[in-house]
Amino acid sequence: MGSDSNNIIDAYTSGEYKYGFHTDIETEYAPIGLNEDTVRYISAQKNEPAFLLEYRLKAYRHWLTMKMPTWPHLEIPPIDYQGIIYYAAPKKKKELSSLDEVDPELLETFNKLGISLEEQKKLSGVAVDAVIDSVSVKTTFSETLAKHGIIFCSFSEAVKNHPDLVKQYMGSVVPYTDNFFAALNSAVFSDGSFCFIPKGVRCPVELSTYFRINAANTGQFERTLILAEEGSYVSYMEGCTAPQRDKNQLHAAVVEIVAMKDAQVKYSTVQNWYPGDKNGKGGIYNFVTKRGICKGSNSKISWTQVETGSAITWKYPSCILLGDNSVGEFYSVAVTNNYQQADTGTKMLHLGRNTKSTIISKGISAGRSNNSYRGLVRISKNAVNSRNYSQCDSLLLGDKCGAHTFPYIQTENKSSIVEHEATTSKISEDQLFYCQQRGIDTESAVGLIVNGYAKEVLKQLPMEFAVEAQKLLSISLEGSVG
Amino acid sequence: MLLKITNLHASIKGKEILKGINLVVNKGEVHAIMGPNGTGKSTLASVIAGRDVFDVTEGEVLYNAKNLLTLSVEERAREGIFLGFQYPVEIPGVSITNFMRTAVNEIRKYRGLDPMGAGEFLKMMEEKKKLVEITSNLTNRSVNEGFSGGEKKRNEIFQMAMLEPTLAILDETDSGLDIDALRVVANGVNKLRTSENGFVVITHYQRLLDYIIPDFVHVLFEGRIVKSGGKELAMELEEKGYDWIKQQL
Repeated sequence: MGSDSNNIIDAYTSGEYKYGFHTDIETEYAPIGLNEDTVRYISAQKNEPAFLLEYRLKAYRHWLTMKMPTWPHLEIPPIDYQGIIYYAAPKKKKELSSLDEVDPELLETFNKLGISLEEQKKLSGVAVDAVIDSVSVKTTFSETLAKHGIIFCSFSEAVKNHPDLVKQYMGSVVPYTDNFFAALNSAVFSDGSFCFIPKGVRCPVELSTYFRINAANTGQFERTLILAEEGSYVSYMEGCTAPQRDKNQLHAAVVEIVAMKDAQVKYSTVQNWYPGDKNGKGGIYNFVTKRGICKGSNSKISWTQVETGSAITWKYPSCILLGDNSVGEFYSVAVTNNYQQADTGTKMLHLGRNTKSTIISKGISAGRSNNSYRGLVRISKNAVNSRNYSQCDSLLLGDKCGAHTFPYIQTENKSSIVEHEATTSKISEDQLFYCQQRGIDTESAVGLIVNGYAKEVLKQLPMEFAVEAQKLLSISLEGSVG
Repeated sequence: MLLKITNLHASIKGKEILKGINLVVNKGEVHAIMGPNGTGKSTLASVIAGRDVFDVTEGEVLYNAKNLLTLSVEERAREGIFLGFQYPVEIPGVSITNFMRTAVNEIRKYRGLDPMGAGEFLKMMEEKKKLVEITSNLTNRSVNEGFSGGEKKRNEIFQMAMLEPTLAILDETDSGLDIDALRVVANGVNKLRTSENGFVVITHYQRLLDYIIPDFVHVLFEGRIVKSGGKELAMELEEKGYDWIKQQL
C-alpha cells in the first residue's frame, strides 16, 4: 500500500522526463552560483527599476553575513548555494495532445483527489482546452476584479505597473534582514503574486493563484505581497492539492500581508510539493517566511495551512498585531510521513491593545518522520487586555515517528490572558478495528480518523480547497498503518 | 445454516482462551451466550469478527458455507457480520452520519452496488433512527465522543439497523444500561429480527433475556460451551447462579 502511493508520486515526479516535458525548448539560465552579478543579471532580465536592484543587492550583501538557522528541530543536509541556478527564464513545457498520453497512475491520483478533468489536463501538461484557457474565462475574472478596483497580477507586473506600491510595502513586513532565507529570497526572487484590495471593497471571489496568468512557473523564490486597504476583505488561496514537482530542490518564498483599519485577509495554503521517496531520497526543501501585519485597528489576518508535501518544511506564518483590537489566527494541519521533517508554527506578536490571537495546530506524524510545532506568543507591555488561545495537538501513526511541541510564551503585562493546551494521541488499534468491523478498510479508516482529528482546521478552508484537502490527507498517509 | 463453529481453539499471546467451541446458528434464530466473567465470551465475539490479536490454533468457522477464518475483518463485515461492541471507541471529529455513510457505501461497493446518494442515505437514516428510537441530535455528533454508556449502546443498535447484518453478535450490549436504555436496545433487536438473519447475544445477566427471547441459551465456561438449552436455562441460571454449573462439571 505504501509503495503504491509512492509509485504514484514517483510516476508523477519522473513523468517530466519520461513524457518529454523536459525537452530542449530554449531556456535562458543565469550562470550557476550566486554573486552580485547573478543578482544584477536577474534584475536586468526583468527590466527592473533601480530601486529594486538596490534592494536586491542590499539583501544579497546582508545574506553574505548570515548563517542558516540551526535552531529548528530539523536535520538539513548541507546546501551548496553556489551549485544552484538562481534564474531561468520561464520555459514552455512540451504539450501533450490528450490525457491518453498521460501516465494512468498520475490520473488515478488526480481522480482520488477529485480534480476536474480540465484541471487534470492543465496540471499534467496537456494542451488546455478552450474552455479553461479561453481568454473569456480569464477576461471575465479580470473584469470582475477590475470593476472593484482590485489589482491581482504577477509580482513582475506589479513592479512594472504599480512600482510605488511595491516600493512602499515590499520588505515592510518581512525585511531582508529578517532571516537567512528571507534575505536570500529578497536577493534573487523570480516572481510571485501581487494583490491590492481598495478601501471598502469586499473581494467577490476567492483569489486563487490558479487563475493568475503565469502561475504555473513562479519558480523557487516566490514573492507575494497582499495589501488590504481600510475596510476591505479578501480570501486568498495559494497552492494546489495535486502533487507538485519542481526540479529545484530549494524553495524559499516570502509572503507579506498588510491589513489596514477594519480590513480582513484570509490566506489559505495547501502545500503538496514532492516529499521525497519512501526512503527519504529527494524531495523539496521548503523554507518559507510568511508574515502579516494588522496595521490598523480592528483588522484581522487569518492563516490556514494544510502542509502535506516537501521533504523539509520550515515555516511560521505569523501576525504582528499592531492595531488595537486586531485579531490574528493560525490554523494548521501538518502531515509528515516516511522521512519527511516539518518544523512549523506561528508567531503572534501582540503590540496593540485588546488584541486577540488563536492558534490551532494539528500535527500528524507517520513513518519515520519528525513533526514539530514551534510557536511564539508575545504580549508586549502596551498590549493590555490581550488574549491568546493556543491548542497544539499531535497525532502519531506508528511508533517510529516523532512529534514535538516548542511553545514560547512571553507576556509583559498583567491584564492579558494566554492559554495553551497540548495533546498527543495515537490512532488506536481499537479505533481501526471498530471501523473495519463496520466494513471500512484500514486506509479509509485512517483517512476518516485523521480528517476527524483535523476537522477544526479543515473547516476554515474555503469550500474549493476543503474537499480536496480532505482527500489529500488520506492519500498522504496511505500505507502508514497496517 | 448461517454459522457453524467446530472445535474452535483460540489464544492470545500463547494463552489459550477458547478451548474447543462448537456452535450452530441457523437463520431466524437468536442464541444467548451466558457465563461468568473471563470465560471467553468476548473472545468468541472478537474471533468471529476477525480481530487479529487472537490466534486461531484449531477448528473451523463456516459462515454461509464460506470459510470465515480466511477473510479480513472488513470482508467479514461486508459479508454481513456485525459486532455490537461492549466498549465502543470514540472517534473524535467524525460524525456518525459520515461514519455510517462511509460504511454503507464500502459494503455496497463490495456487493457490486453503486454508492447511495446523499438524499437516499439521509432518508434511510431517518427511518432507522425511528426504528430504534434514536433522537436526531445523536447522529450529528462525533462517533461515541462524550456519549454516556447508554448512548453508546443505542448507537451500536442504530448502526446495526443501518447495516442490516445477516449475523449480529452483541457483546454484553446490556452491561451498564438502565432499564429504559435496555428496553430500547432490546426493542431494536426485536424489530430487526427476521427469518433471514441470526443473532448471538452475549450477556452476563438474565435480565436482557426478559426482553429478547432467545431460541437457545448456551453457557460458556473456561473456554467451552458446557451446557445448552432453551430459554428456561437462562431462568435456571439466574436462580441457581454460575456455581451450579461449576458443581455440575
